[in-house]
Amino acid sequence: MGYEFIEGNEAIARAALRSGCDFFAGYPITPASSILQHMLELLPAAGGTAIQAEDEIASIGFCIGAAMAGRKAMTATSGPGVSLYSENIGLAIIGETPLVIVNVQRQGPATGSATKGAEGDIQFTRWGTSGGLPIIALSPATVEEAYVLTCAAFNFAERFRAPVFLLSSKEVSLTRERVDLGALELPARVERARAAADREYVPHAFAEAREVPAFADFGGEHIARYTTSTHDQRAFLTSDPTTIQRMIDHYEAKISGAEQELTLLKRDFQEGAEDLCVSYGVTSRSVAAAVREARGRGRKVSSLVLQTLWPVPETALRAACAGVRRVIVPELNMGQYRREIERLAPPGVQVTGVNKMDTTLISPREILEKGGLL
Amino acid sequence: MSEAKAGSYLSTETVPLPYCPGCGHTVIVSAIDKALQQIKPDPRKTVIVTDIGCIGLADRNFTTSAFHGLHGRSITYACGLKLARPELTVITLMGDGACGIGGTHLLNAARRNIGISLIVANNFNYGMTGGQHSVTTPSASFTATTPFGNVERPLDLCATAIAAGAPWVYRATAYDKDLPDALARAIRQPGFAMIDIWELCVAYYSPRNDFKKADLLGLLNGQTMRFGQLADDPRAEYSERCRQAYQAAGGALPPRREIEVRHAHRLERQLGVVLAGRAGQKIRSAAALFAQAAIASGLHATQKDDYSITVMTGHSTSEVILGKERIDFTGIDVPDHVVLIAPEGVKQMRARLATLPETSTVYADQALELPATRARVHRLPLAEAAQKTGKTSLGVLALACLLEHQGMFPRAALEGTLAEFLKPELAAASAQAVAAGAALARTIAAS
Ligand code: SF4
Repeated sequence: MGYEFIEGNEAIARAALRSGCDFFAGYPITPASSILQHMLELLPAAGGTAIQAEDEIASIGFCIGAAMAGRKAMTATSGPGVSLYSENIGLAIIGETPLVIVNVQRQGPATGSATKGAEGDIQFTRWGTSGGLPIIALSPATVEEAYVLTCAAFNFAERFRAPVFLLSSKEVSLTRERVDLGALELPARVERARAAADREYVPHAFAEAREVPAFADFGGEHIARYTTSTHDQRAFLTSDPTTIQRMIDHYEAKISGAEQELTLLKRDFQEGAEDLCVSYGVTSRSVAAAVREARGRGRKVSSLVLQTLWPVPETALRAACAGVRRVIVPELNMGQYRREIERLAPPGVQVTGVNKMDTTLISPREILEKGGLL
Repeated sequence: MSEAKAGSYLSTETVPLPYCPGCGHTVIVSAIDKALQQIKPDPRKTVIVTDIGCIGLADRNFTTSAFHGLHGRSITYACGLKLARPELTVITLMGDGACGIGGTHLLNAARRNIGISLIVANNFNYGMTGGQHSVTTPSASFTATTPFGNVERPLDLCATAIAAGAPWVYRATAYDKDLPDALARAIRQPGFAMIDIWELCVAYYSPRNDFKKADLLGLLNGQTMRFGQLADDPRAEYSERCRQAYQAAGGALPPRREIEVRHAHRLERQLGVVLAGRAGQKIRSAAALFAQAAIASGLHATQKDDYSITVMTGHSTSEVILGKERIDFTGIDVPDHVVLIAPEGVKQMRARLATLPETSTVYADQALELPATRARVHRLPLAEAAQKTGKTSLGVLALACLLEHQGMFPRAALEGTLAEFLKPELAAASAQAVAAGAALARTIAAS
């Protein structure tokens, strides 16, 4: 048996390598720095490239350039760095660039507490660039999940030609745990669909809005084009409203229309439960302990743990909320994802938040007490 | 694929060149085309990288691959493309405005010597947004944002690039006869090459300052700037240097530490252990070795550390949870065992010590001052014992004492972990520390 005792950041780096990641650029920031260090150590041996950039803007810029030249790219930072990524995230969305962005969340706003945990970047991830187009975001709760979901993030990035967030936190990334990586069930590796070499290449070709365009590497068999400006399918600047709307519909439908395929979650439902806990990230571990305890005391409680946060797994959430009296949403922020539950829960279902942002974890006891499960 | 007509790398088939009549950009774009015609690179292996500004519209007219990015960030994409595919010819076109907002990328690409060429179309103001002043606007001249004359000093882009380590730097005007040759040389450089081309913005800068072609040379008067080749000092390109450094280091990776279950634990319920001391006591590695020994005994384990940002001073604490089952909540509400080996650790744990229940146990060095607590306290000569085994073994010694006293897993598991994971010289000292810690535990049992 091959147990190891490793932190989440090491799991993320090793999962990236296993997924075929061959380009990494990052800028030091607690609590994400050890991903940069691991990648600098691991990538050259695998024939890849890792570089510490001059700032976060350069980190993601390098990654976008490399990804468009055909590399599988990843960058990692924390909330302050994501702020600096913001404009380039929009570029990666409209340029349809496969890219994995790790946000190891820490207590904010601003510099906040560099070494303390929080999960306060949930809505920021969704709305973190101008224009408001959808994004994919996955959130691990354990070191093993950090490994599995990093693999899933690379797959989604390739499959949808899109930037994908891995929303880790200090609590997952810097906590060491016993893992058995060899025993994990991993998704089969996905590679981006490449454009045929013998036909004219159209960088954003689609017939149906939901279609994901085939990709041609810069420096490959085709003349490739890429632009930050409003463009048509050939990546030429356009001011034609019909064309512009068609492109926007495409970016929107490509992600929002793939909700089923993008939904990753864990259900622990109990027949006849009146209470449902919806959680994600490290807080879902406290929920697991709280639910066990509540059931031990004879309460009937269900739990839904979301690994995919964006796009919102609406179908699964609606189904889970139907039939319960109350939904409890514990979060290490002041109630960001609760907004999504509130809009999805059927009328009459009460939605209760258990929230704090004091840099400590929400304990199972707090969920039992503040969630009314005692 | 649109083929270049008669060898030209420019096309106006999709869009015409967008520049105002008389704009220097048209001259520069045509000179780049002539340079490319000299070099004849495969257009698919050539990327024109641009960003925002009038010059950034030029990529649409090249028949090569083209990448148009965020304002001032073209160098970052160019570097990404070049690092990913070193065989590419990557040509970056920027305005003087972009050199301001993206100045750090210019400095760092030059310093690293990444093999891209940077062509600066320098017309001393922002044309696209209405003629505002830029980092290169000459002193005393008029722009939309210097209504009383520019009070700032212009940045000497070439001197800046040279100071940053750019191996190849050249300054020209757009109207130099030999500009295509100079551009061709810049593009052919294996390392970072910058060419600063002075030119006219006929819509804004020229009329506001009555500025004509002949005045470009006059700008040098009173300044230290020069035209022509300003640096030509090639050195190994970045990717090449990376390869060399990696090979020279032998490419050895630290070994993975796989843990085999060789022992049987005696744990009944989940336990929370806190080891608290000060920086430099190897708290974190002692806690990790303890946790790994627990894993070698078939247990689950988690570890969280807390220490000051300036790592060599202040407290250092590690929280380890051991469990028979998977560990959900990774926090420790109430520690079962607290091991204290320095005053900094005591200070950090003060509030928690005050609320510990009778069921918790504290193992503390006998020299430490402790706050009142209901927990059972064992004061032991831990530091004194560690004097014989080495100061950095104190953490291991104290945890060995805890282990021997509580017996949650066999001492042999800890001994085996130390022997397997530590360097031989450290392993020997640590083995002695384990023996010494266990001996202290037996004094508790005896008393
Ligand atoms: S505004 Fe100035 S820089 Fe822009 S095209 Fe016109 S003359 Fe050229």
